[in-house]
Amino acid sequence: MIARLLAHRANALWLAALVHRLSGLALAIFLPLHFYTLGLAIEGEASLEGFLRWSDRPLVKVSEALLVFVLAVHLLGGVRLLVLENFSWLDGQKRLAVLAAAAAAIVAFAFLARVF
Amino acid sequence: MTQTLQVSLWRGGAEGRYQVYEVPLRENQTVLDVVTWVQRNADATLSYRFACRVGMCGSCAMTVNGRPRWTCRTHVSKVAKGGRLAIGPLENLPVIKDLATDMAPFFEKWQQANGAFAPSKSRAEPIERISPDSDDRRAVNAAIECINCGVCYAACDTVRWDPDYLGPAALNRAWTLVNDERDAGNTARLAAVAADGGCHACHSHQSCQEHCPLALNPTASIAGLKRRTTAAYLRGEIKL
Amino acid sequence: MNVRLYIWQRTSAAIMAPLVVVHLLVIFYAMRKGFSAAEILSRTRGSVAWALFYGLFIAAASVHAPIGLRTILAEWTPLPARMRDVAVIAFGVALAVLGFRAIAAVVLS
Repeated sequence: MIARLLAHRANALWLAALVHRLSGLALAIFLPLHFYTLGLAIEGEASLEGFLRWSDRPLVKVSEALLVFVLAVHLLGGVRLLVLENFSWLDGQKRLAVLAAAAAAIVAFAFLARVF
Repeated sequence: MTQTLQVSLWRGGAEGRYQVYEVPLRENQTVLDVVTWVQRNADATLSYRFACRVGMCGSCAMTVNGRPRWTCRTHVSKVAKGGRLAIGPLENLPVIKDLATDMAPFFEKWQQANGAFAPSKSRAEPIERISPDSDDRRAVNAAIECINCGVCYAACDTVRWDPDYLGPAALNRAWTLVNDERDAGNTARLAAVAADGGCHACHSHQSCQEHCPLALNPTASIAGLKRRTTAAYLRGEIKL
Repeated sequence: MNVRLYIWQRTSAAIMAPLVVVHLLVIFYAMRKGFSAAEILSRTRGSVAWALFYGLFIAAASVHAPIGLRTILAEWTPLPARMRDVAVIAFGVALAVLGFRAIAAVVLS
């Protein structure tokens, strides 16, 4: 049943669109928290410093790497769409979508490598 | 002992169930052959639609193992995994009965997208010369072969999720008219496809292009419409 | 989604694309240097450049995110149109308020 539901969606570009949508949603949820944290600096650097120390934990750093991936994949997927919509048609959209995801993963790994 | 195929067919309307039939497996067999065999030999109450049976009319489009396809051009050997087939009516359209859907919403959206030619000259004037090499005509030719089979509409998840969305076929046809030098209705047409549910609702999944039996690319046509409507809106030629 | 929302959505996206790249580079730089809060703030305090950079970023994000959320709510939830539009506008306003407050926090303190 599930296989039948997914059959016509077994398409890299459908997956790319899903990743784009979910990454956007994740960013929309993350941003208010991010802004709130930075706003801690209003109380003076001690509050912000406290948060930065807390975020030094490995689990938080891994989450941050995931956030970097989410941001990068949403950016690169979005750029692919902007090009698709504003310039002459390029065949090979599937390949471009996979490239975008791979590049985002590389950026996230680079972040993780720096941090550990 | 002839080999057989286990075929489950949708029986009913919006409510219903899949019923399994045992169909003789032949060496050269299309999915349409299978459906026809069931109706003629197993269950005369089965309703389905076809016409040319040679891949020209698009009437036989159904959902085969989850994918919308022309059943007359789908060989059983290519899709029947382990001797099983699941056949249902096209998605995203109301079901009349069994494998036949109501295509009215599909064609209504065609009209809503202004998918009809608006003449600019009368028979008293000389015939317009259109060069087949012009960029506009190339754009039209790339998209003109659509026979309104509904496969792209059935494959499109944006159609599934957004009841207002005009859909790939209607927008693809609008694109061919936008590029037709003879057409006089482009202001109204661009306004029609710039509204809610128009070309901007497309998320470029490209399921339409993936499934189109004629390898058309509505995603590209829709991208073109996005460019045209944006320019027209910014120039004040169309209003929302 | 219509042509007007589309233009706002894509324009804000195009504006943010280079800003995101710079932001990622800034993050990488700060991580490599292992900056403390004091070191970060000493660079942002009184900086017109950072204020303008992140001000533009917040403004664009406050337009872009609500329009994206609107589509998700329209396609994946049964929320009525009116409620959906009110919800995403409220979200956009909240994002802008929190965002500009954060900029004030790191530039003005």
